Amino acid sequence: MTSPLKALHFKTRIVTAVVVLSNVLGNSFLSRGMQGVGELISPSPIPYIRALFNPWVALGVSLLIVWLLSHMALLSWADLSYVLPVTSIAYVLVALVGRFALHEQVSLARWAGIALIMVGVTMVGHTAPRTTSHTIKLRDSEEPS
Amino acid sequence: MKWVLVTIIVLATTAGEVLQAIGMRRHGEIHDFRPGALGRVVSTLARCRYILAAIAAMAVSFFAFMALVSMAELSFAVPVTAASCILETILAKYLLKEHIGRARWTGVLLVAAGVVLLAL
Repeated sequence: MTSPLKALHFKTRIVTAVVVLSNVLGNSFLSRGMQGVGELISPSPIPYIRALFNPWVALGVSLLIVWLLSHMALLSWADLSYVLPVTSIAYVLVALVGRFALHEQVSLARWAGIALIMVGVTMVGHTAPRTTSHTIKLRDSEEPS
Repeated sequence: MKWVLVTIIVLATTAGEVLQAIGMRRHGEIHDFRPGALGRVVSTLARCRYILAAIAAMAVSFFAFMALVSMAELSFAVPVTAASCILETILAKYLLKEHIGRARWTGVLLVAAGVVLLAL
């Protein structure tokens, strides 16, 4: 028998891993696919919809949907101040994928920028998650139970 | 062109997340996570103008991001979108009346400095 707290920690770790991996892989596949599609600068929606049928783009978009749903699920029980710093590791992982899988040139300035963003996001995440005491009441809806 | 897209992404993401925050605050905190109750939350939110506007803004942001990764490197495109956090913090202070402490401002300035380094 596992305690409920242990189960919650286990669930949090698993879902956090899903959030980070789906974000990094989703963005990577999207990027890989869009390199094949070519530059999109059209104001018309048709080239964008056509791009969605590229298998890499479709795989990337599916993973980004997994990311959105797992991120929402995680936020339903975990603190934002936990989720933000933990998931900001994705910035570094994306840069590593760019460097080694997509063969991008990542300059020293860019690595430094990524590191600063990670530290900045972590600092924002360490502040109180709620600084307002009142929720705005919806005029034409019932009170939440 | 790259920076035009970055500007669109940052503005659309900021608008999307601020509108989402306003919509969700008007809705109130979600306590009940049973499927039936979540269904009612979704149907209430689907009628909220702020949430609908937020979804439209996030769609603009996603398609602009698609265009950005078609011409820019991934190790640039993903971190540069963190710039939305700077604008969002400013709007959170003045529009959502959140109290931003020194630690949070420092974090936002570090993100801003990081984005400047990406631009070099």
